[in-house]
Amino acid sequence: MTSVPTAPTGLGVLSPRRSLADMLDDRRVLSFLFMLPAVGILLTFLAYPLGLGVWLAFTDTRIGRAGVFIGLDNYISLMGDSVFLLSVFNTIFYTTVATILKFGLGLWLALLLNNSMPFKAFIRAIILLPYIIPTVLSAIAFWWIFDAQFSIISWALVKFGLLDRYIDFLGEPWNARWSVIAANVWRGIPFVAICLLAGLQTISPSLYEAAALDGATSWQRFRHVTVPMLMPILSIVLTFSVLFTFTDFQLIYAITRGGPVNATHLMATLAFQRAIPGGRLGEGAAIAVAMIPFLVCATVFSYYGLQRRKWQQGSADD
Amino acid sequence: MAAVVIREVEKAFGSTKVIHGINIDIADGEFVVLVGPSGCGKSTLLRMVAGLEEITGGSIAIGAREVNNLPPKERDVAMVFQNYALYPHMTVYDNMAFSLKLRKADAKLIDERVQKAASILNLKEYLKRFPRQLSGGQRQRVAMGRAIVRDPQVFLFDEPLSNLDAKLRVAMRTEIKALHQRLKTTTIYVTHDQVEAMTMADRIVVMHDGIVEQIGTPLELYDNPANTFVAGFIGSPAMNFINGTLRNGAGGSRVETTGGQILPVPGLGKGKDGQAIIFGVRPEHLALGIGNEGIVGKVSVIEPTGAETQIFVDTSAGPVTAVFTERHNFAPGTPIVLKPQAGTIHLFDAQSGQHL
Ligand SMILES: Nc1ncnc2c1ncn2[C@@H]1O[C@H](COP(=O)(O)OP(=O)(O)OP(=O)(O)O)[C@@H](O)[C@H]1O
Ligand SMILES: [Mg+2]
Repeated sequence: MTSVPTAPTGLGVLSPRRSLADMLDDRRVLSFLFMLPAVGILLTFLAYPLGLGVWLAFTDTRIGRAGVFIGLDNYISLMGDSVFLLSVFNTIFYTTVATILKFGLGLWLALLLNNSMPFKAFIRAIILLPYIIPTVLSAIAFWWIFDAQFSIISWALVKFGLLDRYIDFLGEPWNARWSVIAANVWRGIPFVAICLLAGLQTISPSLYEAAALDGATSWQRFRHVTVPMLMPILSIVLTFSVLFTFTDFQLIYAITRGGPVNATHLMATLAFQRAIPGGRLGEGAAIAVAMIPFLVCATVFSYYGLQRRKWQQGSADD
Repeated sequence: MAAVVIREVEKAFGSTKVIHGINIDIADGEFVVLVGPSGCGKSTLLRMVAGLEEITGGSIAIGAREVNNLPPKERDVAMVFQNYALYPHMTVYDNMAFSLKLRKADAKLIDERVQKAASILNLKEYLKRFPRQLSGGQRQRVAMGRAIVRDPQVFLFDEPLSNLDAKLRVAMRTEIKALHQRLKTTTIYVTHDQVEAMTMADRIVVMHDGIVEQIGTPLELYDNPANTFVAGFIGSPAMNFINGTLRNGAGGSRVETTGGQILPVPGLGKGKDGQAIIFGVRPEHLALGIGNEGIVGKVSVIEPTGAETQIFVDTSAGPVTAVFTERHNFAPGTPIVLKPQAGTIHLFDAQSGQHL
């Protein structure tokens, strides 16, 4: 602590006679000072925009015109807004289906990669590619893949004689929904697969050997060893994946802009659409704020899922 | 319970061969210890018996069945791993019950077996705990419990005590032996600790670099080691080896050591005159002598342990260790004569290391 023997410590922070050097010797003062930059950054870039967004949602602000407080009017009108309700449905559908697919395929891929195979390192590196490419670039690639006239999928299917005319991937509501989900899954799998692979590699091989000797089939080994041991990392990855998918913006905006006829509008894209091109900042903010309860639910759900399971805890709570 | 027959078993990892044709016959109910220095292939051999490692050549039979191509679950063996390999997400009870549950055994039978194993192993009060909440010795017992509830044909242990502290190791050693006397299940036990091997085994298999050096009861190995490797490995402190030349002449055989000492070897009469040999005698078989009736040297270090005193002696033929149970007042530098007791001398061929 302090190097000056006469200087009081602890509550002495309040003493007026303390020099600056003494203050800096106090752990509490010092730790507060060290935290300041981080606090500043958080306040400026997280708390302020969030607070501003929440405030805007209670006003009728438009671009170029400061708004006045209108209470819950924005929310009330959104309740009767069929486009908004459609975007809520789209967001939930998109998040649920994409997450299930990402986890199913990601887990499968992780299990494959966890086996010994030739060119293992090379294959693992390739798997990460979709994750490395900037979202917008891959979105543009998908845009071409799903193009009504130039789609390579349609072209190939027609070439092989499986189809007689091109699929209108992005022109028809359900086609479009599945198409953007496919793009999201493609982009999201590497993250899931690599995280789960990391989890798989922490499982001691002798557990599998013990289970094999105990008479477990490979399915039973998966069910009774792999799954429970993977659960902690799985729930973390799941939380992040749900949060990122729920708030997805880039992919949708670059591929469909929410079309056709709002069929792929997510809450995030709709909020942007209303606020910036549409100019109704207040309403856009309200849509964005409406995402918060969903996200809180997802986080709380995974918070409890994430809590260290009993078997991971030491003897302290026995 | 079953006999285990290991015939000409070989193992290669890629192009490196680590086991070179091993033959061991293990009788039903026998407790066999595989012992040898690190890397000699003990674990590999054990894992081949368990079915965790493929057999490159030869055959392994458990009971009357050849098991070369059977998966582990069909071999009916239970293994206790060095790191215990307890399922961390299951309670002690579930760890022990797991194999029976997989076999869809009756819930009552499972409970009965688990409770019985728990009481044999003093685990009753820990059944609801998770492995993390147990001490090393308790985990070790759970691992054994997991093996015994299954009532398998063969128990395999791979250095199960090496993670425990010295005192607990001695206690668990006795427990495992008592357990074997009670259950009489054929057991193969791997260790690199020769004391563990000596105290627990019905028979010991001494392995070295992927081959079997000697198989025998602990006392057979102690009394009649087949070669210098076994002689040096079994027994603690290790046997003294002194290089020399055999002289067969009138008045019996003698060994002329490298330092020029003459050691009589009464009544042996084996080996040729002039043959290069290694003279072996265990530290506990040396007594104090006078004149030059033994190995002459100077005391360098004295290590009393209470029950016995170990002394290190510098001689012209190299360092020699001796152990005395009676107390002597030695000081470093004291001249000393160490006389081998009658009938305790081993002579080995210097070239092959084989016992003469
Ligand atoms: N999977 C493997 N691939 C290649 N070599 C291996 C493999 N497993 C073991 N070996 C080699 O086989 C030899 C025997 O190994 P093993 O594990 O059986 O030794 P051990 O006698 O059990 O030794 P320790 O007392 O240290 O456990 C060693 O030289 C080791 O390097
Ligand atoms: Mg080993």
